[in-house]
Amino acid sequence: MFDELTDKLGNVFAKLRGRGVLTESDIKDGMREVRRVLLEADVNFALTREFLERVEKQAIGVLQLKQVQPAQQLVKIVHDELTAMLGERREGLKMSSVPPTVVMMVGLQGSGKTTTAGKLARKLKLEAKTTRLVAADVYRPAAIDQLETLGKALDVPVYADRTTQDVVKIAKAGIDQGVRNRDRVVIVDTAGRLQIDADMMDELKRLKAAIKPDEILFVADGMTGQEAVKIAQGFNEALDITGVILTKLDGDARGGAALSIYGVLKKPIKYIGVGEKPDALEEFHPERMAGRILQM
Amino acid sequence: DVSVLFKGVDEGSLEALETLLIESDFGVPTSLALVAEVERRHKRGEVKTEAEFRQALADGVANALRTGNADPAMAMAASGPTVLLVIGVNGAGKTTFIGKLAAQYRAQGKRVLVGAADTFRAGAIDQLRVWAERSGAEFVGGKPGSDPASVAYDAVDAGIARNMDLIIVDTAGRLHTSDDLMTELRKMHRVIGKRMPEAPHEILLVLDGTIGQNALSQARTFSSAVPVTGVVVTKLDGTAKGGIVVAVHEALNVPIKYVGVGEQVGDLEPFDADVYAKELVEA
Ligand SMILES: Nc1nc2c(ncn2[C@@H]2O[C@H](COP(=O)(O)OP(=O)(O)OP(=O)(O)O)[C@@H](O)[C@H]2O)c(=O)[nH]1
Ligand SMILES: Nc1nc2c(ncn2[C@@H]2O[C@H](COP(=O)(O)OP(=O)(O)OP(=O)(O)O)[C@@H](O)[C@H]2O)c(=O)[nH]1
Ligand SMILES: [K+]
Ligand SMILES: [Mg+2]
Ligand SMILES: [Mg+2]
Repeated sequence: MFDELTDKLGNVFAKLRGRGVLTESDIKDGMREVRRVLLEADVNFALTREFLERVEKQAIGVLQLKQVQPAQQLVKIVHDELTAMLGERREGLKMSSVPPTVVMMVGLQGSGKTTTAGKLARKLKLEAKTTRLVAADVYRPAAIDQLETLGKALDVPVYADRTTQDVVKIAKAGIDQGVRNRDRVVIVDTAGRLQIDADMMDELKRLKAAIKPDEILFVADGMTGQEAVKIAQGFNEALDITGVILTKLDGDARGGAALSIYGVLKKPIKYIGVGEKPDALEEFHPERMAGRILQM
Repeated sequence: DVSVLFKGVDEGSLEALETLLIESDFGVPTSLALVAEVERRHKRGEVKTEAEFRQALADGVANALRTGNADPAMAMAASGPTVLLVIGVNGAGKTTFIGKLAAQYRAQGKRVLVGAADTFRAGAIDQLRVWAERSGAEFVGGKPGSDPASVAYDAVDAGIARNMDLIIVDTAGRLHTSDDLMTELRKMHRVIGKRMPEAPHEILLVLDGTIGQNALSQARTFSSAVPVTGVVVTKLDGTAKGGIVVAVHEALNVPIKYVGVGEQVGDLEPFDADVYAKELVEA
């Protein structure tokens, strides 16, 4: 299957077919194509630069051997490097030895936290792990209604308390209820916030200190642009996140944010969101994401 | 930052400019075009100092945003209510934008009705109802799961009957790649026109300011489904710069109309190309 990148690189190298030897400047041209593809996929600018330096070294080595079809060779090097950069192992949810496992969902506004909390609850329920959702977003209009509606549709209990704005109190009470009911997992939904909003980040820190979550999942919009790394770093510095979930990958966004966040934080991407419905949650596969970024 | 690297206009400073633009999500083609323009002006002797260098970039960005159809003013109905349809991908900020806009028009003494035609997402109807209460707008909503086109029709119908100045129809978030959902959007558009032939007077596409290059694909697909008349960029209170709006403006030839700068009711500003460009080069 010929993809856009192979085609473009093929064009770059086509003129050399008669000559057989590639010069450094031919490789530079090829690298410029790779750069364009990565930046168009929203791969972080600085990472793109480092990545190209690494690939260029290998490319020169390979191409000096006068192999046929230099474009395909180069695409393979790029693909393999990218896959390596996206993480090798699959990691699922970490379950604590003493139930309930407490999971905290965090991220920017509208990234998909609440929807993903519902998706996770559904998945855990199917694995016969009794799960409870906790509504700790007291700011967004109807955030509690949204979680309760999801809970009802999934037949998963939701803890909410509309009488207080104290999210630490809400989360603790929700987890207490989980303990009493011998739940295996309690998922705490939090309000979206900017990583530069000191007060709101402080709220998350206090929440973390109070409920000691086993997982802090950073939920990021898969369509995020160049700022993805800084945003993820902001959340990680405040909370030391345990994993990432990338949402809205059912569209045609190329998902460079995945590479960028993993490339910098090295925190595992645990799942991806591929739709609005509760079953639209998939395991993350680095090689598929590499192909997607390269438009393969 | 441009200043750190500025030692006169040379390859290094032009590269710093390109970096700034790409890191602000302008995309490669737009970034290269803007840098080339600065370089051209430098060669003509117009750009020598760092201040001129910054100004040249700001000019380029603002000019790009002012070229073509760029008037941020809202189209108003000649008679009867003005109807506004708000569309965009999931979580972009449509409902919040509607709440803020309704409040602005209410503050001017206008009669505003909002219609909750997102019947799909959990809590979406309640969310808009809260915004209607906050802003003092009237509210029309259907049942969860009901046909969004008929809610849109009902909202326009009620708005006309109740003598409203402005009717704003909220829609469910949808990815442009979903043919079914784009068909649903076309139907809503058609049905609104059945009740009021010249409506909707504005179709605003809401883009998350944190978004990257996918915004262009969204803009093209949405506007081939329904005639988008303007763009709203949200979440610019965050650290992202939303640079893709330049490419979107160039691709669609529609104005950027509003900027969302927070979650509160007052956090909405009319788009100003000069302010946007200035904040970009000063960041
Ligand atoms: N297409 C698609 N839509 C998604 C996905 N995940 C979430 N959404 C949608 O994205 C929008 C925002 O999702 P929410 O779950 O409300 O996001 P949130 O992070 O909780 O938002 P806040 O609480 O306001 O910060 C909704 O319309 C969801 O249906 C996904 O994987 N694909
Ligand atoms: N910081 C910030 N947050 C915003 C802004 N506009 C909207 N939000 C937040 O973004 C989240 C999503 O906003 P919504 O208005 O629900 O977005 P939507 O496009 O209607 O979402 P769906 O209907 O689910 O597709 C909410 O948490 C809003 O409070 C903004 O300008 N700045
Ligand atoms: K900003
Ligand atoms: Mg939420
Ligand atoms: Mg909405």
